[in-house]
Amino acid sequence: MLSRGVVIFGIIVIFILVLSAICAPWLAPYDPYDQKLDQTLQQPSREHLLGTDALGRDTLSRIIFGARNSLMVGLVALCIAATVGMAIGLIAGYFSGWINAICMRFVDSLMCFPMILMALVIAALLGGGLKNVMIALGIAMVPGYARLMCGQVLSVKENDHVLAARSLGAGNSRIILLHILPNCLPPLIVLITMQIGAAILTEAGLSFLGIGIEPPAAAWGTMINDGRMYLLTNPILTSAPGIAIMLVVFSFNMVGDGLRDALDPRLRGTL
Amino acid sequence: MTTYIIRRLVQSVFILIIVTLLVFLTMHLLPGDPILIFISSGELKNTSLQEIETLRHQFGLDRPIMIQYVDWLAGVAHGDFGISIVQREPVLKEIIRRLPITFQLSLIALVISTIIGIPAGVICAVRRGKWVDTLVTILANAGITIPVFWLGIMLIYLFALKLGWLPVQGYTSLFADFGKSVKQMIMPVFCLSIFSISSITRQTRSSMLEVMRQDYIRTAWAKGLKERLVIMKHGIKNGLIPIVTLLGMSFSFIVGGSVLIENVFNIPGMSRLVVNAVFVQDYPVVQGFVLIIAVVVLLTNLIVDISYGWLDPRIRYG
Repeated sequence: MLSRGVVIFGIIVIFILVLSAICAPWLAPYDPYDQKLDQTLQQPSREHLLGTDALGRDTLSRIIFGARNSLMVGLVALCIAATVGMAIGLIAGYFSGWINAICMRFVDSLMCFPMILMALVIAALLGGGLKNVMIALGIAMVPGYARLMCGQVLSVKENDHVLAARSLGAGNSRIILLHILPNCLPPLIVLITMQIGAAILTEAGLSFLGIGIEPPAAAWGTMINDGRMYLLTNPILTSAPGIAIMLVVFSFNMVGDGLRDALDPRLRGTL
Repeated sequence: MTTYIIRRLVQSVFILIIVTLLVFLTMHLLPGDPILIFISSGELKNTSLQEIETLRHQFGLDRPIMIQYVDWLAGVAHGDFGISIVQREPVLKEIIRRLPITFQLSLIALVISTIIGIPAGVICAVRRGKWVDTLVTILANAGITIPVFWLGIMLIYLFALKLGWLPVQGYTSLFADFGKSVKQMIMPVFCLSIFSISSITRQTRSSMLEVMRQDYIRTAWAKGLKERLVIMKHGIKNGLIPIVTLLGMSFSFIVGGSVLIENVFNIPGMSRLVVNAVFVQDYPVVQGFVLIIAVVVLLTNLIVDISYGWLDPRIRYG
């Protein structure tokens, strides 16, 4: 009972998030980049519900615009990771032998690294900025998908329907795309949902270290880092974006859990 | 078993070579130039082109990439990780100074995650649906969502700035001042372990729920064994395998988290070094760090795989 309630809560939060990401310019009470230097570091009030930062920018507006960046980074990074990872996994799993060995050793070597460290190095290589952070995060998340996909393909390709397709004369690409891929998807869809949260968390970490989305663009991680200096006088500058991150990541995780149980009860606890 | 370990070690060496080569190429494709960054940051603003070339030659940056890589590899085999371009000190010396700090914090965090995570998960599974289960599950779900750096800052706000119970930040060696060191470590270690505590709890819970449904558990109950025996001897031992896998991965998570936590708490560990090195493109430092992390992660994986055989005698390696 509780879990169903939590999933619904998660869906509502995600709905609000998507809504505020799309409608940010209309929803935000102020321009998130508008510096009012006579209204710096204001406490929460009726005009500024969450106060203002050191440059007089409205915190609530920046959080709403930050939702846009977080969601975009998360989704794009996941698309990259899922596409590349699934392609590697499909090929490695289908053509066993030396192709499999090469692909999987490559994935193993990528897996040696904590995700945030790998994203950090790649982002630095590409030079930071919104677009490059998405690519960096995407590459850093590839190994998980490749691994899972490879395992799935290895089991699915032994099924009789694949043998039937082959005996009817289907080529490799037809078998892979039409007969194997669709049967491998459910656990991957679950992994994608569960990893949106991880992607958003890692992006926040990168922004916090100063390598993510570049200022003045609003990013939750950067806001936390900026707010640190005013911790004693204006703790809301740090706490508000952190709570936003938590709410969003929690919601995506819960919806992912719910989706897992709905799609395939056998998977419970394996991901 | 011995042949298996040897084969795995040989494989690990190959993976290490791929990893370091990837990083080497990546770092060298970076658009900036470490020598120029080095010069403009120092007092050598008026260096002539000639001197720049000399410096470049000195660090061996004017040779083909593959030769640089092979040279570096040969150096590592002799215990020479090269010289930091920015600090002009041997990389190994810097790493040896900082590595123990990061590993000390990470290991303590890993031990704490295990000590708290596994029992918490077992209690949840055994008391499924009771208030303990609900409470711990909610906490564990919250634990995997908190941005650790934010948690660190909030803890500093509460326990250091408002209550004044703990020092704000910094690091002291355990041997220099034990009390102060422990006080300074409480918050960073907590932040480092919160994610793994939560994920280990979740995994233990689901793994134990699976095991407790098995027939042999029913048999154990039926023959009148005490609850403690059923859970400890028949339950946990069979439910441990996925948890051991997760423990191996947790170490990697924790080391990754230390990148953020060392920044928040101003701890002079490895991760601080590497973040700075990435920003100024100090190749040798990043290379050395990557190698060390890769070695540690590969060894952890090997230990995890070997422990499978010990936990479940049906798994045989040959």
